[in-house]
Amino acid sequence: MSNMKLLEVKKLDKYFDNKKILKDINFSVSKGKIVGLLGKNGAGKSTLIKLINDLLTPTNGEIFVNGNKIGVETKKIISYLPERTYLNKQMKVSEVINYFEDFYDNFDSEKAKRLLKDLDLDINQKLTKMSKGMQEKVQLVLVMSRNADLYVLDEPLGGVDPATRDYILDTILSNFNENASVIISTHLISDIEKILDEVIFIDKGQIVLQSDADKLRNKENASIDEIFRRMFKC
Amino acid sequence: MEFTFDNNIPIYIQVLEYMKIYLISGVFKCGEKLPSVRDFATTFKVNPNTMQKALAELESMNLIYTERTNGKYVTKDTKLIEKLKDEYAITLAKSYFQGMKKIGLGKADSIKYLEGIDE
Repeated sequence: MSNMKLLEVKKLDKYFDNKKILKDINFSVSKGKIVGLLGKNGAGKSTLIKLINDLLTPTNGEIFVNGNKIGVETKKIISYLPERTYLNKQMKVSEVINYFEDFYDNFDSEKAKRLLKDLDLDINQKLTKMSKGMQEKVQLVLVMSRNADLYVLDEPLGGVDPATRDYILDTILSNFNENASVIISTHLISDIEKILDEVIFIDKGQIVLQSDADKLRNKENASIDEIFRRMFKC
Repeated sequence: MEFTFDNNIPIYIQVLEYMKIYLISGVFKCGEKLPSVRDFATTFKVNPNTMQKALAELESMNLIYTERTNGKYVTKDTKLIEKLKDEYAITLAKSYFQGMKKIGLGKADSIKYLEGIDE
């Protein structure tokens, strides 16, 4: 196995009952890349992300992270931002930080505190007292404060205002190192496309396009957002 | 400074344009050491790989060079920077005349307008 490949997905199928949700998914992600997993609602993005995080079992095929098959070992090196929060909202931010510190060897609580301070978030506040956008920021800070090899962010921009989106993109950019990679799933393409190295278009459970982002812009003379809209026009 | 990018054009090409202006205007002087790729990426708010690509392009144009283990520097060749400035100025002037042509004004008239504008 080439050690340049951080993530390898091979011949992956996922059925729920008899319905095929993902069909013959093959792709790999190299170290140091930011990859956009782009698709409409219901295209299969979150299912794929859950498979990478070992929260679902593939029907067929295999997933490797750093050469290891998905499992306990790979969970240590993947930092995952789920679409919906799993945090107990009765907790204060400082309690969540302690919880992460106990749970993950690679969690940098000093970094988390610094980023929260930059964002003007009070660590003594309970999550229930925070707005949805503030909660999303807290969650992202926690995820980006792990020294992971692979960051998998499922819709990180969903509930936040445009100004905060920019801040979140900055946070992602300045907090991943060159040995790590980031996969970002989203349908808000125009907000995120400038930071992407590569794009993967997923539609009806299949990968329909994978390309270097700038090469694709050059070839089509259009933004990724525009190319996506053309391709998936309803 | 806020950098704005047009998503229709490859991002590295737009970063490259900003960098050329930096070199022409002397923000980074001949022979001067450049910030790291990572620092540049943070400033432009772009992906470090995109920044790397823009710098590689500048390097292939000999406008900057890499000193092994020591980082990247602006070329010491002042003539190269002068040439870049000249080319850039011509491009700007051409696009001005093209714009004026569209509204039916020839070169002589266009120059009159230029002279009438206070800086």
